[in-house]
Amino acid sequence: MRSTVPAGRPNRLFRNLNSKIALIPMILTALVVFLGGTVWTVVYSFTRSGLLPRLTFVGLDQYERLWAAPRWIISIQNLAIYGVLSLIFSLVIGFILAALMDQKIRFENTFRTIFLYPFALSFIVTGLVWQWILNPEFGVQSVVRSIGFTNFTFDPLYNSQIVIYGVLIAGLWQGTGLVMCLMLAGLRGIDEDIWKAARVDGIPMWRTYLFIVIPMMRPVFITTLVLIASGIVKVYDLVVAQTSGGPGIASEVPAKYVYDYMFQAQNLGQGFAASTMMLITVAIIVIPWAYLEFGGKKRG
Amino acid sequence: MRLQYLAAVLAASVMLPAAHAGATDLEVTHWWTSGGEAAAVKELAKAFDASGNKWIDGAIAGSGGTARPIMISRITGGDPMGATQFNHGRQAQELVQAGLMRDLTDVAKRENWEKIIRPAGLLKSCTIDGKIYCAPVNIHSWQWLWLSNAAFKKAGVDVPKNWNEFVAAGPALQKAGIQPLALGGQPWQANGLFDTLMISLGGKDLYTKVYQDKDKATITGPEVAKIFKAADDARKLSKGTNVQDWNQATNMVITGKAGGQVMGDWAQGEFQLAGQKAGTDYSCLPGLGLNEYLTTGGDAFYFPLLKDPAKAKAQEALASVIVDPKTQVAFNLKKGSLPIRGDVDLGAANDCMKKGLAILDKGSVLTSTDQLLSADTQKQKEDLFSEFFASTSMTPEAAQARFAKIVAAAD
Amino acid sequence: MANISALNQTAAGFDAVSDQLGSGPRGKKPRRTFSGRNIVIYGTLFVAAVYYLLPLYVMVVTSLKGMPEIRLGNIFSPPVEITFEPWVKAWASACTGLNCDGLSRGFGNSVRILLPSVVVSIIVASVSGYALANWRFKGADLFFSILIVGAFIPYQVMIYPIVIVLRELGIYGTLTGLVVVHTIFGMPILTLLFRNYFTSLPEELFKAARIDGAGFWQIYFRIMLPMSLPIFVVAIILQVTGIWNDFLFGVVFTRPDTYPMTVQLNNIVNSVQGVKEYNVNMAATLLTGAVPLFVYFVSGRLFVRGIAAGAVKG
Repeated sequence: MRSTVPAGRPNRLFRNLNSKIALIPMILTALVVFLGGTVWTVVYSFTRSGLLPRLTFVGLDQYERLWAAPRWIISIQNLAIYGVLSLIFSLVIGFILAALMDQKIRFENTFRTIFLYPFALSFIVTGLVWQWILNPEFGVQSVVRSIGFTNFTFDPLYNSQIVIYGVLIAGLWQGTGLVMCLMLAGLRGIDEDIWKAARVDGIPMWRTYLFIVIPMMRPVFITTLVLIASGIVKVYDLVVAQTSGGPGIASEVPAKYVYDYMFQAQNLGQGFAASTMMLITVAIIVIPWAYLEFGGKKRG
Repeated sequence: MRLQYLAAVLAASVMLPAAHAGATDLEVTHWWTSGGEAAAVKELAKAFDASGNKWIDGAIAGSGGTARPIMISRITGGDPMGATQFNHGRQAQELVQAGLMRDLTDVAKRENWEKIIRPAGLLKSCTIDGKIYCAPVNIHSWQWLWLSNAAFKKAGVDVPKNWNEFVAAGPALQKAGIQPLALGGQPWQANGLFDTLMISLGGKDLYTKVYQDKDKATITGPEVAKIFKAADDARKLSKGTNVQDWNQATNMVITGKAGGQVMGDWAQGEFQLAGQKAGTDYSCLPGLGLNEYLTTGGDAFYFPLLKDPAKAKAQEALASVIVDPKTQVAFNLKKGSLPIRGDVDLGAANDCMKKGLAILDKGSVLTSTDQLLSADTQKQKEDLFSEFFASTSMTPEAAQARFAKIVAAAD
Repeated sequence: MANISALNQTAAGFDAVSDQLGSGPRGKKPRRTFSGRNIVIYGTLFVAAVYYLLPLYVMVVTSLKGMPEIRLGNIFSPPVEITFEPWVKAWASACTGLNCDGLSRGFGNSVRILLPSVVVSIIVASVSGYALANWRFKGADLFFSILIVGAFIPYQVMIYPIVIVLRELGIYGTLTGLVVVHTIFGMPILTLLFRNYFTSLPEELFKAARIDGAGFWQIYFRIMLPMSLPIFVVAIILQVTGIWNDFLFGVVFTRPDTYPMTVQLNNIVNSVQGVKEYNVNMAATLLTGAVPLFVYFVSGRLFVRGIAAGAVKG
């Protein structure tokens, strides 16, 4: 709506002390907790720390063991499948729903509330409910069978091959509403004149969306991406509540590996090695992007 | 030192009536939340409250795996509870070594724990560098096969007398629409089942060679291969259980939906709570009816070091309440576990508990895997066996190879 | 069934729908006909709505059934005999260990944790966002980038360092400690939103105030705050939801007498005494979710407007 403002704030002449004081909590959080915690974790990943951190260095032992562990490999694969699909489906479904909602429809409020409410519920609750709906004994499978399709089988949570898709169904249910909201907000920010111009030029609607509107919604996509991606890396509660990593170890995820080995196995070193691998992956993907996006000169 | 301490205790006991009015609150964390467990904790709390203090219950549901991280964080974070449950063994060792836990040697000496607690291994696992750090509360053994008499009747076969008969009865159960073996999805259950097969099918020597001596030739040898074959049988019989918690699996046996379950003696509490009678409604086979050996793991209370002297005194009171004969009887009857002392009257015990007591009296006890292996090794075993029992493609041979690697790397 | 209940809930504010948003829908003018286009639009939305409502419907009907009925029927059938007993039990008498007072105790604790955590985390994040947007200095962006990377670190990984930090500060196990933890982990996303929002406000306002000699705090309170209602609504909604639903910090950084509702929910759901009481579990689940759900139903409209303001500009 409003055109973006050019850069050149009075940041050089007015180096105001107050602003720096105001940023102290953020700087402390960034340095002490996120950076400090990361460095600390990395250092201790080279040790043989058990229940308590201990500086007995063992080189790369923890990493060798980590990459030899079948459970870790499965965790990584699951995260990759879940991550890619969840990213694609959230964006696609979220955008389509938002585009539909933007057609001056009736009951917009009702639909929006329906799509958004799952986000108000925790992953623990989400996991529990979907565990139940997908339970072959009372859930979807038994209902479909009771209407006559006795051979119908739908038990994703008890089938190692497809369990991660069962988790995905629940994850999407919880998260797409927010994505839809973000997208809707983005669409509402597109100037009416763009639409008029596109209509005058006779550009079909889908092309307008794909080539004009979506590129204009870049900032929304970035915020959405940060929200979805950070949620994906952190996926833990959902798996714990819905499958506990089962059947067997078929739906394990990296965050759960970290937690289980840190606290249940009382092998902090192993847990930290796994955390470090996660952190490195995140860093490789996020840091260059974050630097381009937020660092350097502000876009104008 | 001892004299000074004694004087302090004397002084304290003289002042006790006066101090009685201000009962000390002691927060106790544990993960006993199933029906039978909760009933047992109530007995413990009642006895402790009767000593003039107040039990603040800090139950954390979801088994030890959920609860232990929280307990450990709080102890290391400097906000410890008054007392906490752990399985004795190696779980709390490092906390003790870091000086975060309280030394109970004085209480133990005063009450002569060394004499009354049996088997001796129990107190030994509470002892680090000659000092005693925990009060054992019960003895738990894993090596039990629980059977639903109704299920076998329905299938038209006799209630099995041992594991081999049970496996043979599997097809008949399946034909009658009964789940032969109930096995919950939590990883520790698969792990416990395997260790039970090891001890009950393989016998004492094999168990000792594998878990205590960690003898490479044995672990990769044919005897252990046989155990993996048996685990493969168990895997086939347990397909389709589809529950997570151990007590849900036990409930399948109670309701006759499943033929049997291999689970520790804590399952007893659930049968009892459901009003079932040992012998008529359900049967139990210690050592799976083959090798009647029990491992004596169990629960114990540890006491973090606290600054407040009133709380410290309450900790002492709790420690002696736990070992007290009356509490031992009341608690263990409810929980279905065995008492830690031989000099109590368990006339009220049912058939299954009596079988357990008889084995204990014979001295047919072994150290549990929780004490022989570190939590780290146990976790890796859990990963292996939960994968094995859930998969259809992993062969017993492949599992044995991975098992050998894990045990070889154990410290 | 569930459609109706949801409709009723939103019916109140329904009449005034169209003009409430900051800016109206941008699509073509609606045609009040059963055109193919409309059928596709409403059809798709309807199917999606069923998928989103199904779990809520299941939760509600299950929580109103007795246990015998649950064992018999399928989970989608409406209750034959409506009973509110599971709700009463979940609220007042469900047990974990020895405590048999249901969720009631946790509710007060959750509120006590929620209020200061939401207030403090939003104040800190809004001031940080404001400073980053309008008072940029060299290096600030570096810290901000670290912060954004921090948004991707799983909480579980950070527990140990946080335990140590809180122990060294001597606030482990206190309410202050928990508020600090929530403030730290809410900071990345909130700061991002506030920063984007303040950046989108007209530069001239800020410049004019500077020329008038207004300082950092004056501009914040007199100019920025009054203009920021939408983004504050978004921040409040996100934080209320996140903090209310938090389980991990609630259980690690509190003690039994101050456990929040989610910890008790977990305790109730995971302590199976005999059979799993699905109806009580579902009632407990709904009760725990009630506060954030209420916030959403009431402020859903403002949420989109606020998001539009905070996320669209960058």
